[in-house]
Amino acid sequence: MNWAGIRTAYATILRKEVHRFMRIWQQTLLPPVMTTSLYFVIFGNLIGPRIGSMDGHRYIDFIVPGLILMSVITNAYANVSSSFFSAKFQRSIEELQVSPTPNSVILLGYVSGGVVRGVLVGLIVAAVSLLFGQLSVHSYPVMASVIVLTAVLFSLGGFLNGVFARTFDDVSIVPNFILTPLTYLGGIFYSIKLLPEFWQVVSHINPILYMINAFRYGFLGITDIRLGVSYALITLFTVGLFAVNLKLLNKGHGIRE
Amino acid sequence: MTVALAISGLRKTYGNGAVALKGIDLEVGQGDFFGLLGRNGAGKSTVIGIICSLVNKSAGMVRVFDADIDRDFAQAKSYLGVVPQEFNFSIFETPWQIVCNQAGYYGIGRKQARDRARQYLSQLGLWDKRDHITRELSGGMKRRLMIARALMHQPRLLILDEPTAGVDIEIRRSMWQYLTRINQSGTTIILTTHYLEEAESLCRHVAIIDRGQLVENTSTGALLEKLQQETYILDLAAPLAELPADRPPGWRLKDPATLEVDMPRGSNVNRAFAELARRGIVVRGMRNKTNRLERLFLDMMDQDGP
Repeated sequence: MNWAGIRTAYATILRKEVHRFMRIWQQTLLPPVMTTSLYFVIFGNLIGPRIGSMDGHRYIDFIVPGLILMSVITNAYANVSSSFFSAKFQRSIEELQVSPTPNSVILLGYVSGGVVRGVLVGLIVAAVSLLFGQLSVHSYPVMASVIVLTAVLFSLGGFLNGVFARTFDDVSIVPNFILTPLTYLGGIFYSIKLLPEFWQVVSHINPILYMINAFRYGFLGITDIRLGVSYALITLFTVGLFAVNLKLLNKGHGIRE
Repeated sequence: MTVALAISGLRKTYGNGAVALKGIDLEVGQGDFFGLLGRNGAGKSTVIGIICSLVNKSAGMVRVFDADIDRDFAQAKSYLGVVPQEFNFSIFETPWQIVCNQAGYYGIGRKQARDRARQYLSQLGLWDKRDHITRELSGGMKRRLMIARALMHQPRLLILDEPTAGVDIEIRRSMWQYLTRINQSGTTIILTTHYLEEAESLCRHVAIIDRGQLVENTSTGALLEKLQQETYILDLAAPLAELPADRPPGWRLKDPATLEVDMPRGSNVNRAFAELARRGIVVRGMRNKTNRLERLFLDMMDQDGP
């Protein structure tokens, strides 16, 4: 397959993925808007004023970047894990398996679908946040690069989940029992400087902490973690997960007998 | 002769230790209509799965035209079109989306894909259903959709794994005509089927797999030559309550108006008619029982035991 063919195959997978989540927008785009609106109302408007400022910013302004990124993480992950598992379950993945599309392009296509949904949901949540407070941006390049890199990383995570999943329950175990706790403990609602020293150290094991802090830097110009460390870790995890997923696809894990 | 598919020493042992293929050697010539037959679990679908990269082989070589599936997998795949046994498309997509996307996976641009989608969906009687989600289609429509999808990149070798399973006789016949036209236009076709009448009608060459081994591989005509017996179906002018006690061997009354008569190949048919006339049985019509291959297949399987 030549480059033009590869571009066509990639665009086809991406178009199909975007069409899939747009077709069921009530399940994919609406729920995060509802959930984060409730966060804004409860933590921002009702409880926030009693908390006061956090790192020199209004509490609602402090939590907005984390809530946006949480939506990006959960949606990018869920999009790819559920789409790939559904393709396995319905055996429609065979349409791609029998075609000459390289496995790397299949992986990129699915991941790009997750990135589009993650970023789109992030933009919608950001727009909703404007109803509750002001959204100031300290650095557009940092904000944009972190949101895209995070979406890529968690799309790759979702793909890995989809490869190993054997039942629909397997698709929901990781988001419910690993991803959500890590996100909530990743500093969305607080600065880790408020924690006792021991728990500050423990928090550094959580990779989501690095992403949320880098993203918050993009908005507010404040972070508990050095920006370079955050970028390095996100890139490292992304490259590692891409390599693992590609190897599993080449072996045909879960899709070839 | 250009070889469309060459298989040698193909073996497959599944993870649970089950041996599906014990060393298959097979060649299919370009332009052939080739039947791959065998009972359930014989290994037919495993062979097809390996050719199409849905199953990993344990050993052996597979070449599609000039492309070895180990060395030039992308090229081999581009030559192949596959119609699997099970429905394997998203039930939430429309036939239009499914066939256009399939073309895209082969690097075919959107405009050309739309032209071909129009062509194949029309030819297979699915044009009116192009925007319905596939969940709403009948079984026969789903089968035809899989054929349309497999043709979108205009493959040189089309593999059909029981393509007419579960479809009514009218649609089956129209699918036969369509596949014959595809074959006449130059596409090599490999077909697995449970309907041996289908293989007898369509295939020029036939191979039979039994318990992971090839037990026969020849032309359909040569295979039928091995049949030592012909069966004729006779429509009787008057109903017959029971057969005469002194009847020759090989007479069976299927119903009061239909008699089946077995005769050795090459025997004198007039003699049989004389026997019938002597017993006062008048024949109104006569035809050859068509599923001769089925008889032969069952004979071969019986020799091997269950």
